[in-house]
Amino acid sequence: MKHLLAAEGLDRDTVTDLLDTADELKHTLLGREVRKLPTLRGRTVITVFYENSTRTRVSFELAGKWMSADVINVSAGGSSVGKGESLRDTALTLTAAGADCVIIRHPASGAAHRLAHWLADTPAAVVNAGDGMHEHPTQALLDAATMREKLGSLDGRRIGIVGDVLHSRVARSNVHLLTCLGAEVAIVAPPTLLPSGIGTWPVTVSHEIDAELPSLDAVMMLRVQAERMHGGFFPSAREYAIGYGLSEARAALLPEHAVILHPGPMLRGMEIASRVADAPNALVTDQVANGVHVRMAVLYHLLASEGAESA
Amino acid sequence: MPETVLLKGVRRYGEGEPVDVLAAEGVIAEIAQGITPPEGADVIDAEGHVLLPGFVDLHTHLREPGREDTETVATGSAAAALGGYTAVFAMANTDPVADTAVVVEHVRRAGEAAGLVDVHPVGAVTVGLKGEKLAELGTMAESAARVRMFSDDGLCVHDPLIMRRALEYSRALGAVIAQHAEEPRLTVGAQAHEGTQAARLGLAGWPASAEESIVARDCILAAHAAARLHICHVSASGTVDVLRWAKQRGTQVSAEVTPHHLLLTHDRLDTYDPVNKVNPPLRTGADAKTLREALAEGVVDCVATDHAPHAEQDKDCEWQAARPGMLGLQTALSIVAETMVRPGLLTWRDVARVMSERPAEIARLADQGRPIAEGEPATLTLVDPDARWTVRGAEFASIAANTPYEGMELPARVTATLLRGRVIARDGRIR
Amino acid sequence: MASRSRDATGAAAERELLSAGDVARTVARMAHQVIEKTAVGADTEPPVLLGIPTRGAPLADRLAERISEFAGVTVPHGSIDITLYRDDLRRRPTRPLEHTRMPESGIDGRIVILVDDVLFSGRSIRAALDALRDQGRPKAVQLAVLVDRGHRELPIRADYVGKNVPTSRAEDVSVLLTETDGRDAVLLRPAREEGQS
Repeated sequence: MKHLLAAEGLDRDTVTDLLDTADELKHTLLGREVRKLPTLRGRTVITVFYENSTRTRVSFELAGKWMSADVINVSAGGSSVGKGESLRDTALTLTAAGADCVIIRHPASGAAHRLAHWLADTPAAVVNAGDGMHEHPTQALLDAATMREKLGSLDGRRIGIVGDVLHSRVARSNVHLLTCLGAEVAIVAPPTLLPSGIGTWPVTVSHEIDAELPSLDAVMMLRVQAERMHGGFFPSAREYAIGYGLSEARAALLPEHAVILHPGPMLRGMEIASRVADAPNALVTDQVANGVHVRMAVLYHLLASEGAESA
Repeated sequence: MPETVLLKGVRRYGEGEPVDVLAAEGVIAEIAQGITPPEGADVIDAEGHVLLPGFVDLHTHLREPGREDTETVATGSAAAALGGYTAVFAMANTDPVADTAVVVEHVRRAGEAAGLVDVHPVGAVTVGLKGEKLAELGTMAESAARVRMFSDDGLCVHDPLIMRRALEYSRALGAVIAQHAEEPRLTVGAQAHEGTQAARLGLAGWPASAEESIVARDCILAAHAAARLHICHVSASGTVDVLRWAKQRGTQVSAEVTPHHLLLTHDRLDTYDPVNKVNPPLRTGADAKTLREALAEGVVDCVATDHAPHAEQDKDCEWQAARPGMLGLQTALSIVAETMVRPGLLTWRDVARVMSERPAEIARLADQGRPIAEGEPATLTLVDPDARWTVRGAEFASIAANTPYEGMELPARVTATLLRGRVIARDGRIR
Repeated sequence: MASRSRDATGAAAERELLSAGDVARTVARMAHQVIEKTAVGADTEPPVLLGIPTRGAPLADRLAERISEFAGVTVPHGSIDITLYRDDLRRRPTRPLEHTRMPESGIDGRIVILVDDVLFSGRSIRAALDALRDQGRPKAVQLAVLVDRGHRELPIRADYVGKNVPTSRAEDVSVLLTETDGRDAVLLRPAREEGQS
C-alpha cells in the first residue's frame, strides 16, 4: 500500500490489518503518561487542508506526533495555496521540500487521486482526508474500529446509514469498507438525497427509517449540511427531522445492543435528538478517540517500512 | 498559380474500380483510368485510397480571439486540413464573444489569412452568450463574414422566449440556430454523466434529462416557428427518440454527434483525469451504441468534432477545476472509421454523407460536400483506409494537446486534403 | 538428545538442540535461578515478567507459572511488543503489531525481567528497553533467554540463559513452542536465503 486514497478497492486483509494495528496502538498507549512512540522519527508528514476541518486535521496531527513524525500543517488560508497556486504545484513543492506523506483535504472529488498521480515518481505517500463528495477513508476506518470495539466482528451485522448519501463522502467510504468486512448496509434517505446510480451499490435502500431500525446492529446518522437545507432537497428542516431524524422514540426501536454513530459535527434536534446523542450507546466521542489510533495505524502502514517487498 | 494535381488509383467513396482524378483550375477536370500526367502536375500515388468530398465541421472552437495560447485560427485551420476538413465553423464563445460584426469579420479574415480551409464564424445568438437579449443576428448575417449559423454553444439558450424569438428571427436570414441543449437548472455544478460512475466517484451529475428536455422543447418551438434548428453534440439516447419523433412530424431539425460520444464512455472517469471531461459529458456504453445506430440511420445527421483546445494548466488539475472539452479535428475520421465503418454501420459513401454532404447542406454551403464528378469543385479528402497510427497529442497542429486518445492505435488516416484544387495537407504535413 | 533430520533434497536440514523434555527442564531450571537471584519469597515483591512477542510471551507465561509453583507466590507477567521501537522498520516489509499486555501491578519500582526466546544481535533487547522506558520506571531490568547464540552487536548480556549455543552466521536457531508452533523444540537450521548467509 503506497497511498490511502479510497476505501473502495481495499481488501479485507488490509482493512483487518489496519484495524488490528489501531487496536494494538490504542492498548499500547492506554494509561501512559508519555504518549509518544519513536516509530516515525525523522519522517515528515504534511497536512494540506483546502477545507476547514479542525477535527480531522488535529486527529491526523496527533497521529503523526504520537509516532514522532515531524508534522507540518498547511492551510489554504496561510500559504501560497491561498494565492492561487495550483494543487499540482503545491504538491510538487511540498515533496521537493521533503514530505514523506501528504495528507490532503480538498473540496474537489478526486483531488487525492490527482495528487497521487502527480507524485507517482516520488516516494511520497498520499492520504485522502476527504475529497469532495467522493471518499473519506479514515473516517470509515474509525467508524469500523468503533463498531468492532462494541459489536465484535462486523461479519453479518446490519448497519444503517441515514441521511444525505448523495453528497456524503463518509457514506461512500463506509459502504465500501463495511461491505468489505462482511456487513450488510441499509441506506435510509429521501429519494432526493440518493445518488441516481445507487442501484448498483451493494446496499438496500429504503425511505422508511422506522421499518429499518429494529433490525440494525448500528446506525450511522449523516450530517445534513446547511447548504442542502436551502437547496430544495427537502421542504424544511422540520420535515426532515420528522421523517429521518433519530428521535428518542425512534432510538427506542433499535435492538438493545445496537450502537449509534455520527461523524460530527452534529446538528442536535435535526439529525439526532440531543438525548440520543448523549445516550450511553451513542459512540460519538469513541469515534473521535479511535480516529487518532486509526490514523496512526494508517501512517504506520504507509511510512514505517521502505521495504519494496512490503505487501 | 493554380495547381494541377493528379490523384492516381483512387476509389471514389471507396467504391468501384480505381480511377485517376485530375484536378485543374480548382475543379475536377477529368476522371478516367490511366490519365497521363500533364506537364508540371503534382502526381499523388494513392493506390487503393478512398476519395471523399472534403469534410465540413459544424462545430469547432478556434479560440481566437482571446485564448491564442491554446489555438489560433491559423493553427486550428492546419489541424482541420490535416484531419481532412475543408470547411470549419468557428464557435462564438471567444473573448470577446463573436456577437458583433466586428468579431465575426475578424475571424473570417483570420481564416482567409491562414489560407488553408474555409473558416466560417458562428455568431452568438445572445449578447455576450448571456441568454438575455438577442445579438445583432442580421448585422452579422449581412457582414463580410456572411454568418448563417448562430449558436451560444458552451451555454444553452435556456429562456424559451429568447429561443422562440431567435428561431423566428433567423427565418428571415436563411440561418440556422444551433442549440447547446443543456437545461442549466438541472446541471448546476454538474461534472459527469448522472449515473453509476458519478455516484461512485462523487461527481455532481449531469442528467440526460437536461439535454432531452431542451431538445424536446426546442423541436416544438422550431415547429411552431417554422424555423430551422440544429442540435449540437447529441449525447443521450433519449435525445435520439425525441429527434426521431420531431423528424417524423416534419420539424426542420438536424443534429450532430461528436466522435468522442461515439467511442468513449464514462467508464474512463476512474482516474479523474480531466482529459476525459467534456460537455455534454461522456455517457454510458448504451448511449454510445444508440448514437452510433442513430448516425447510421440518419436520425442524427452528421458528425461534428466539438474540437476544444485547452491549455495544460486548465486540464492537468483537479477534475472540478478543469475546463470541459477535447481536441477532435485530427482524430475525427479515424474515430468514425473505428466506430462506424469497421463494424459495418457505415460505408465510405455514408461517411461522405455524415462528414461532408449533410453538414454542408445544414450550413447551406454551396461549394462544399459536392459530388465527386467532372466539373465539380476539387474539394476533396483522400483517406488510406488500411493505415494504422498511434495518437500523439504533442504532434498535432493544435497548440493545445488535450486529446483523450493519447497512445491509442487508430485505423484510417487522411493522406491528402484539397480545397478547390489546391493541396492544403498531404501525408501529415501542411502545404 | 541431538538428532538429525533431512529435508526432501537429502541435505542436512536441521538439528534438534533441545527436545520438548529439554525445553521443560530448561524453563524449570531458569525459574529456580530467578527465585534465587531475585530472592522471591513471601516477604519480597516478586519480579514482573514481560515476554517479547512472538515466542517470548508464552515463555514468560511458563516461567511465571514455574516460579509461582516453586516459590508459592503469584508472579505478575505480561508481554511487551517492540515492533514500534525497532531500528530496522524501514528496511523490512510492514510488520503487524503484537500484543502488549501490562500486568495490573505495573512496572514502576519493580524488578522487570524481559523474556525472549533467542538472544542474537541484542537489537531486540535494546528496542525492548526503549519500549519499557515509555511504560514506566522499573527498579531494575534483567534479561532471561532460552537460547543465547552469540554474535552480539550491542553491549547486552543475559542474566538467565537456558542454553548457550555457539553458532555460525550461516545458521538459524528456531525455538518452537506449543502455543505458537504446536510443539516444543529448539532447532538449528541453515539460515534462510534472506538471512546472513
